Amino acid sequence: MRLEIHGLTKRFGTFTANDAIDLVVEPGEVHCLLGENGAGKSTLMNMLYGLLEPTEGTIELDGKPVSFDGPGDALAAGVGMVHQHFMLVPVFTVAENVMLGREQTRAGGVLDRNAARAKVRELSERYGLKVDPDALVEDLPVGVQQRVEIIKALANQAEILILDEPTAVLTPQEIDELMDIMRELKAQGTSIIFITHKLREVKAVGDKISVIRRGKVVGTASPDASEAELAELMVGRSVSLVVDKDAARPGAAVLSVRDLTVIDPRGHMVVKDVSFEARAGEVLGIAGVQGNGQTEMIKSLLGLVRPDAGVIELDGRDISRHGPRQSLEDGIGYIPEDRSHDGFVGTFSVRENLVLDLYRSDEFSSGPRLRLGAIEENARARIAEFDIRTESPETPVASLSGGNQQKVVVAREFARDLKVLIASQPTRGVDVGSIEFIHRRIVESRDSGTAVIIVSTELDEIYALSDRIAVMYDGRIVAVVGPDTPREQMGLLMAGAVPDQPTTSSDGAVA
Amino acid sequence: MSAPLSPQTETVTPEPAGARSSRDLTRWLPTVRDTLVAIVLAFAVGALLIIVSDEESLEALGNIIDHPGSFLVYLGDFVRHSASAVFDGYSALVLGSVGSASSLERTLERSAPLICAGLGVALAFRAGMFNIGAQGQALVAALAAGYVGFTFDLPFLVHLCAAVAAALLAGGLWGGVVGLLKARTGAHEVITTIMLNQVARFVVLFFLAKEAFQRPGSNNLETPVVAESARFPQVFGLHLGIVLAVLAAVGVWWLLERSRLGFEMRAVGSNPEAARTAGMSVAKVYVAAMALAGMLSGLAACMTVLGLSQSVTENVMGSVGFDAITVALLGRATPLGTVLAGLLFGALSAGGVRMQTSAGIPPDLIQVVQALIVLFVAAPALVRGLTRVRRRTTTETKEAGA
Repeated sequence: MRLEIHGLTKRFGTFTANDAIDLVVEPGEVHCLLGENGAGKSTLMNMLYGLLEPTEGTIELDGKPVSFDGPGDALAAGVGMVHQHFMLVPVFTVAENVMLGREQTRAGGVLDRNAARAKVRELSERYGLKVDPDALVEDLPVGVQQRVEIIKALANQAEILILDEPTAVLTPQEIDELMDIMRELKAQGTSIIFITHKLREVKAVGDKISVIRRGKVVGTASPDASEAELAELMVGRSVSLVVDKDAARPGAAVLSVRDLTVIDPRGHMVVKDVSFEARAGEVLGIAGVQGNGQTEMIKSLLGLVRPDAGVIELDGRDISRHGPRQSLEDGIGYIPEDRSHDGFVGTFSVRENLVLDLYRSDEFSSGPRLRLGAIEENARARIAEFDIRTESPETPVASLSGGNQQKVVVAREFARDLKVLIASQPTRGVDVGSIEFIHRRIVESRDSGTAVIIVSTELDEIYALSDRIAVMYDGRIVAVVGPDTPREQMGLLMAGAVPDQPTTSSDGAVA
Repeated sequence: MSAPLSPQTETVTPEPAGARSSRDLTRWLPTVRDTLVAIVLAFAVGALLIIVSDEESLEALGNIIDHPGSFLVYLGDFVRHSASAVFDGYSALVLGSVGSASSLERTLERSAPLICAGLGVALAFRAGMFNIGAQGQALVAALAAGYVGFTFDLPFLVHLCAAVAAALLAGGLWGGVVGLLKARTGAHEVITTIMLNQVARFVVLFFLAKEAFQRPGSNNLETPVVAESARFPQVFGLHLGIVLAVLAAVGVWWLLERSRLGFEMRAVGSNPEAARTAGMSVAKVYVAAMALAGMLSGLAACMTVLGLSQSVTENVMGSVGFDAITVALLGRATPLGTVLAGLLFGALSAGGVRMQTSAGIPPDLIQVVQALIVLFVAAPALVRGLTRVRRRTTTETKEAGA
């Protein structure tokens, strides 16, 4: 089945999540969608799967325009989707899960389990998906559960299969098996839309690659493009951000990290022996494709995750055992990467969110009592200073636009004296005007002597702000380079290709 | 992005002092309306039940079917009888709850413990926890208050304060344990509170069987009577309980809206991840909220044990702890709402007695009406569906015009 998408656009209020996307998926093709989180891949797929209604544009299947009023319509039209989080009933068997929603019955309404079993066997033989139809889903490893999801879609005669970041939950061996399954599906004529942000996988199975950034298709490539080219395409160069700033005057090292190691709850080592220094009056950019340990590293700096080894020193004092409250008191400011998850309380008003981590100070409370007057005054001052577009200080933050929500977080973090500012994806999902504003404030903070750490998967942002750039790949800092490093070399570093020359930057920082 | 610049800058200018309260009002208006509609609907269904349980109405209905020729005559009979049955029943309810000084007093007496325990449920709810354990918390508190009340011999105010303090301590511990379990082990509070209700029941039974808790000369499991010096006095002719309940509501309001701890509670209740990232201790909030909830249930127990019953039995708390959940739900987990809901339920309970004696309607009807109110409140879509028909047609025409 041939899928064509023309000018598909989705707007949420003033925010454009998908901007006039064109895409063609040929029958029996593995079409890779490459892009960072928040780039708009999920919005696009949700429209394809009938979960969201497009604002503009058309979807055509085999040349006929279709409109889906829910996943039921999409399934009927032959579009199947394997979600990142599986939609299986754990206490049912594989066969029961596959028949779920279209149960065949024999006389008297008795479930025809045998038919379902036979279907599972047939599909697993045809596509090489090894699954026991009578196994309970909860007993199966994640990789096999994923196969059950694929069988479910195939049992429903899906001719276009959307795989939403299928490898995120798999072990390397399971990934190899999934790749084999995808090749087999393709050989038998199923089209696959494969969403990922891992370059290696794209090169392994892709026939065509489309790269999405900030809601737009910014480029297409063939799988024989180098990983460096793909990395560059993904993190961008089309929009050049210019931030007006003077040369940094770096002072002493404020935050120094030595041999930091973090093991995630699944037992994977996600940060491996990372060492670096952040210096007063300087912006250290941390570049890298998403999922290379940046998130976990930052969380451990904040005390939100306990490091499993290594030392974090602030002004020479070991803070590696400090929790989030002490880190705040130590003078670390934090702009989290997912603001609605841990950056603000959505039901709280702008006024309350502007003191979410400041309410303990003498300025905003005396004894057990909050000083509402001071909180109100603070809100008015911040709203004016940061140009937060809100109906009033009483408006719940959840009802603001993404850019204004981010300004609330930024305004709050800049409201106190900081030794270190850690900003993770500070402009994700933020409109262009707000991006400029936030960047300017970050540079101002640098100039006033704060050590700034910027984590971004957008290379433009890294280049625009950083005085030094550390590149993370697979949990390690593979290089620390200057801001004049050519993009080509940067792409190589982000793809894990460590160059031959020693990765010591001009100013002496050791990788 | 730049187009809406000019109109939006206006909104940043300071507004008159009254503006905020009027905006609060408009925000609450739909909720208040839904609640009132739910109450009216519940009483309407209650009226139907009164009619079908009224013999004269049923007889008239039977006559309509038996003598279709005299349809209009018997229909008139039916309408007359059923109207008078409903009127008799509901007027008895009103008279019995607010019709005289003594009935009003009874209403307030019954409302006070409901309000206090309801505040406990509401407070925990605002901190993100569903406290099903008000009953257990109140039971252990009742035992503690009673024990201090009938065992010791102390001067008047000292004795009362000691008994109340014992109840708050017991209730606070019984609730605090739940918060601690949740914070330390992740045990879900719904499970632990339900289980602790059972534990509390049997702990009370265990102690009631001890000699130190047995009323001399009684064959029932009941404690001695609480000493005069530990009983609730009258304040300006009002039962002290309702005064305390209102004070507790003001206290809870202050805690939630004006204090640091309340700020933390609301933040944790709404987004624990953001609260933790902002340096709040989620564990501390869980423990504090549940301990305070237990103390409020304990206060409810005081009102019963040191006020109305003046001794402790297995059933001394009735179903106050469970009704408290309904009261908090109806009051939308706000202090003012909980007070109003507690007053309504107290009035229904007091008026139900009069309804039975003077109109012969079984008191179970009150429970049905209470349950229906909650049902309608919990299903706002249903209530809106019933009241929306006209509004939807107007918006449709508007959309069609646009």
